[in-house]
Amino acid sequence: MAEFLLPKNSRVGAGKHWPAPADAKTVKTFRIYRWDPEAGGNPRWDTYDVAVDQCGPMVLDALIHIKNTMDPTLAFRRSCREGVCGSCAMNIGGRNTLACTHGWEEVPGKAVQISPLPHQAVVKDLIPDLSIFYAQYASIEPWLHTDTPEPQKEWVQSPEDRGKLDGLYECILCACCSTSCPSYWWNGERYLGPAALLQAYRWLIDSRDEATGERLDNLEDPFKLYRCHTIMNCAQVCPKGLNPAKAIASIKTMMVERVT
Amino acid sequence: MAAYEFIDHRFDVVVVGAGGSGLRAALGAAQGGLKTACITKVFPTRSHTVAAQGGISASLGNMSQDDWRWHMYDTVKGSDWLGDQDAIEYLVRNAPAAVYELEHWGVPFSRTPEGKIYQRAFGGMTRNYGEAPIQRTCAAADRTGHAMLHTMYGQALAHDVDFFIEYFALDLIMDEGRCIGLTAWKLDDGTLHRFQAQTVVLATGGYGRAYFSATSAHTCTGDGNAMVLRAGLPLQDMEFVQFHPTGIYGAGCLITEGARGEGGYLTNSEGERFMERYAPSAKDLASRDVVSRAMTMEIREGRGVGPKKDHIFLHLDHLDPKVLHERLPGISETAKIFAGVDVTKEPIPIVPTVHYNMGGVPTNFFGEVVTKAGDDPDSVVPGLMAVGEAACVSVHGANRLGSNSLIDLVVFGRAVGLRLVEVLKPDARQVELKPEHTESHIERLEHFRNAAGKTPTAQLRAAMQMTMHEDAAVFRTGETLKSGVERLEKVRQDMADIQTFDRGLVWNTDLMETLELDNLLSQAIVTVNGALNREESRGAHAREDFSARNDETWMKHTLAWYDGQTGQVKIDYRPVHAYTMTSDIEYIKPKARVY
Repeated sequence: MAEFLLPKNSRVGAGKHWPAPADAKTVKTFRIYRWDPEAGGNPRWDTYDVAVDQCGPMVLDALIHIKNTMDPTLAFRRSCREGVCGSCAMNIGGRNTLACTHGWEEVPGKAVQISPLPHQAVVKDLIPDLSIFYAQYASIEPWLHTDTPEPQKEWVQSPEDRGKLDGLYECILCACCSTSCPSYWWNGERYLGPAALLQAYRWLIDSRDEATGERLDNLEDPFKLYRCHTIMNCAQVCPKGLNPAKAIASIKTMMVERVT
Repeated sequence: MAAYEFIDHRFDVVVVGAGGSGLRAALGAAQGGLKTACITKVFPTRSHTVAAQGGISASLGNMSQDDWRWHMYDTVKGSDWLGDQDAIEYLVRNAPAAVYELEHWGVPFSRTPEGKIYQRAFGGMTRNYGEAPIQRTCAAADRTGHAMLHTMYGQALAHDVDFFIEYFALDLIMDEGRCIGLTAWKLDDGTLHRFQAQTVVLATGGYGRAYFSATSAHTCTGDGNAMVLRAGLPLQDMEFVQFHPTGIYGAGCLITEGARGEGGYLTNSEGERFMERYAPSAKDLASRDVVSRAMTMEIREGRGVGPKKDHIFLHLDHLDPKVLHERLPGISETAKIFAGVDVTKEPIPIVPTVHYNMGGVPTNFFGEVVTKAGDDPDSVVPGLMAVGEAACVSVHGANRLGSNSLIDLVVFGRAVGLRLVEVLKPDARQVELKPEHTESHIERLEHFRNAAGKTPTAQLRAAMQMTMHEDAAVFRTGETLKSGVERLEKVRQDMADIQTFDRGLVWNTDLMETLELDNLLSQAIVTVNGALNREESRGAHAREDFSARNDETWMKHTLAWYDGQTGQVKIDYRPVHAYTMTSDIEYIKPKARVY
């Protein structure tokens, strides 16, 4: 049944305000979702007036600046800080993206509002529980399946065939796409979502893989694949510029072609 | 002290870390029928292997004739003769099979027109014992580490590895000199865990974040190295820290050496291709220590670029945009985001940036941790192995060649798996754990969790990082290193006054960063002490007051023990192996290192 309001314990209340230091030259306000499971209570919006002249250009720089100089209790994931590890995916200014490659100046509006990736259980502050997302990735069997005995050297693959993997293999599993998809919000446990399907197609289209039939069988299900309604949020938000929706359409085409 | 309870696990093998080497070791152990756990503080595909760009070296000979002996020669010369040649022979001879294995698992390598794995030129990789650059580095565009790591995680899913994801390793459980497991903190529910194992494999990577600016991820804090120091065991050759010539000025993000491998070159403020003066033969493809020093010299002599004349330009704008698009798409994007540069039109501002730790946990080429016991420099520590950047086998010696680290991960990851399967009996009896085994682990956690001093973690971390940045840089002197020792001792003392704010246990990143700082600091201290002690210049360790290599006195590995209570560092040595693994190749004798 449709719910139009968040459950009571998820409604976000007003939080603390953290003023800028006296020596701040340029101040930008960051409005950040906070929830600590050990403290109990409802989530809240904390506002931080950040001296952005003292920090780097990216949203992650600002978050680290807040953690280092204002509030060390703020929790978020981060690692590579250059857009390849996929740790710092979050919702910034209403849009899922990586904090490390997104400049705070690019965020529209007066305050930079940051919340965890939407429609995932929150573990703490900006950290979502991605275990279902990871299980869905594992379910597409992301490894090469072959029956032919392996050659002594490499499998031969033409540059053209290898080129088919471009735009697919670069996925960093940040979950920006899946958690921006309304269909995934609705059926997140049964619809595999754009990230897992993009990877499903990456292996389907690999000229070295010999399990195309089994892979398609595994996806032939009213929910796993066909809940993509070409809403295209996935392609809009992908911080790596990939197009999961196109890959999903290609899988659907393969499904049709194998029965005709 | 608050009551802490452990949740217990028993495995044959516990691997700590899920980067390239950890995944490969765990896979090998699991395939061999050992009950294997892999504990990692980040989801596996977020490990720092993911950021490796340029490629993985192996003498496949896809582009032109190649020979593992040439690869061996280059690696020995790159190491400035500090590498152990038996281990280097093991590495280069097993390299091609390791790359084919990755390809069979599905790594999307770039291809030659004939459909073979594409190989590119890289610094220090030559044909016929130094004659001219060779294309030996197998590449998946400029995302080779990403392609490898994702593929290897897929393989691990296909096999029976039990993953414990977002568990932060605390300390090794030691019992009369034997490692019998480790403790870890589960971040998402705050529980503590004891993992018992016949063997613990440390695959915890490097500690680049001891420095102010590094290409390394925030998570590169060398937790395994620090656990080893706390267990009373030594680390080896920690004074050798590699500066990558091309980190983006300001941001520190990596621009692969493959950029120069594909034809890129460096210029100074006069527009001069200055590498021709420093390395007439290899030029921009000299090894990393050589290029980083040359760049630093240019900047010092006033020929740096930019308003402060404090960096250098990397040019790719003369290359065919098609080549950039096909071979270097990732760094084109990175340069755009972090330097605002369109690489087809403008040069990238770059500066030598901390990148890799040649030093680490000393091991033999099976991956078994060794220490010096009495007169025996190769005494095996039972129950403990190390692999990858955390380990010091030593194949990289005083300076690692680009693309030799990815191959190190998979060759020695595989070696560890093979050794485990050979030595261990599945489900063999293990000793009972006692509370005494883990008291100090809990005390340390409790101490930092409740630390109520006056200095926040970030402030102490900044003091340590600036010290390393200023006093243990590309060039060092006795004076800067003495200053480094003193400044770090001050940080160590100030740790008594540390203040943490989050008192919880669920995803307490304040506490995690504090534990990581504690880990980093011990490694920073042994690094500067080792550097002060080594009065010669070799590979990445360039002493201005001892500018020559001194084989007579210093052809040996540094071992450094650290006492966290007193801050004292004890130094001893292990001989460099002056022999090869087989009689197929003779020991390569030291000579002057010219590129």
